[in-house]
Amino acid sequence: MVPDILKIEGVTKQFGGFTALNEVSLSIPQGERFGLIGPNGSGKTTLINCVSGALRNEAGRILFDGEDVSRLPAYQRTRRGIARSFQIPRPFASMSVVENLVVPLEYVVHRGSLRGADTRGEALAILRGMGLAAKADTPANQLSQVELRKLELARAMAARPRLLISDEAMAGLAPNEVDEVLAILFDLNRAGITIIMIEHIMHAVMRFSQRMVCLDAGRIICEGAPDAIVANPEVQRAYLGA
Amino acid sequence: MKFWISAAIVLAAAVAAAVTVKNEYFFFAGYTVLVFVTLATAWNILGGYAGYVNFGTPAFFGLGAYTAAVLFKAFAMPLVLQILAAGVMSGLLGLAAGVLTLRLRGIFFAIATIALVVIMETLFINWRFAGGATGLQLLRPPPMPPFESYIKMLFVLAVAIAIVAVAVARWIEQSWIGRGLRAIRDSEEAAECTGVPTLRLKLFACTVSGALMGTAGACMPMYLSFIEPASTFNLNYAIGALASPMIGGTAHYLGPVIGALILSTLQQVVSVTISSEMNVLVVGVLLVFFVVAAPEGVLGLFKKWFRTSSK
Repeated sequence: MVPDILKIEGVTKQFGGFTALNEVSLSIPQGERFGLIGPNGSGKTTLINCVSGALRNEAGRILFDGEDVSRLPAYQRTRRGIARSFQIPRPFASMSVVENLVVPLEYVVHRGSLRGADTRGEALAILRGMGLAAKADTPANQLSQVELRKLELARAMAARPRLLISDEAMAGLAPNEVDEVLAILFDLNRAGITIIMIEHIMHAVMRFSQRMVCLDAGRIICEGAPDAIVANPEVQRAYLGA
Repeated sequence: MKFWISAAIVLAAAVAAAVTVKNEYFFFAGYTVLVFVTLATAWNILGGYAGYVNFGTPAFFGLGAYTAAVLFKAFAMPLVLQILAAGVMSGLLGLAAGVLTLRLRGIFFAIATIALVVIMETLFINWRFAGGATGLQLLRPPPMPPFESYIKMLFVLAVAIAIVAVAVARWIEQSWIGRGLRAIRDSEEAAECTGVPTLRLKLFACTVSGALMGTAGACMPMYLSFIEPASTFNLNYAIGALASPMIGGTAHYLGPVIGALILSTLQQVVSVTISSEMNVLVVGVLLVFFVVAAPEGVLGLFKKWFRTSSK
């Protein structure tokens, strides 16, 4: 049996009197392509903010590779192997594209042994894999929308994660661009990286995921294979609007 | 290497000038300019690289000055030790203030740093040994050879301190630490998620920045033979330290140096030729001009000219 890389146990997150996540529990085995769907405000981004460390959950535990990480700051979790992209791209705007990737290479991969490390070369290799090599020395604030999404993924990859959380990496992209980003994510998964995909583009997340979960109002309402999820009456009522 | 050769030339020129030039006023005015070079360079480490705007410069500068004055009064401590102690004290203040305030962002951090100045000033107004509100008269010891005047010696010391400050800023800027600080300025969330320990880096920047500001203040009591709270914790230091990088450019370590040289020299000239009230106006006019016309400062302008002329 494949061990779980991520185990979420009874995680609750409140904002004042509002319960954004209500005892959510999930297990994700190593190497899985996992889809997370749900209507706006259902708690998807809150959940991955709790996993990546941007928010602290009030109750419950988050186990990464068997270790409870729910009290660790975000940068420690990144160093352990959790990386994410942001729904609204947050590039390091004052830097070039390649320098954006040098940050995680310096702070995660080659931390403490920077001397002799060819961070630029490694960053360029990652950019080549993403089809961004031609833009390596472009300032990050001059990229197009699809290039920014790719940069988000490339920067996340530069931290050499074992778990990648892609938060709506395809929102607002044209169909051919969606295919491009999907192909990148499939490649990364083949290289052994577990991927959690949050997405509203149903055909993309259906094609990508081996297993899916639908959140509604901070609770998991359905869990299973993509076909079973879309057929589920509760998912149809809460999300798909059938 | 080029940097260190330039630094050595600057220091040698300062010593040569101190030995040959007779007019003391030149050194008296130059000293003030150099203090602002150090303050602006120190400010830029936290304010320019990390994007945390600090109005608390007088708190760090003043603590440095008072540390030196108190140590001199109590133990007649030699000047070099006073400077080191001032750096340590202001560095500690930076660390402590950072722990309390660096979780705040944007305008809230800026407000907290203003409070710091008020707290420090109140503290020294009420400390009798340090002279209280009326201040402390200090008798300068004779200058160390080869200098025949104390002011000239302070001038050369101020050049050395400014060089140390610029060297530290340059090292930070060009290392992985500088890249982490810029990542923080661009997006703190993204920085955390790419493995940058944001709080630790900000504390480091605040400590180093504070320590350098403290060393800039350390010679002030000897320079004036006097120290008192109102002028030591004067907000003009905050404005000068902040305006110089804006004028010179915040992205490069030479930006604050250029900005401080332009601004402080102009202020010295204006206060001698027109009036000392007018020199505050100079800051205002220059600041408005650069914020509107050249948001990346003198260095940004040069870059633009260079690019258009090479096309």
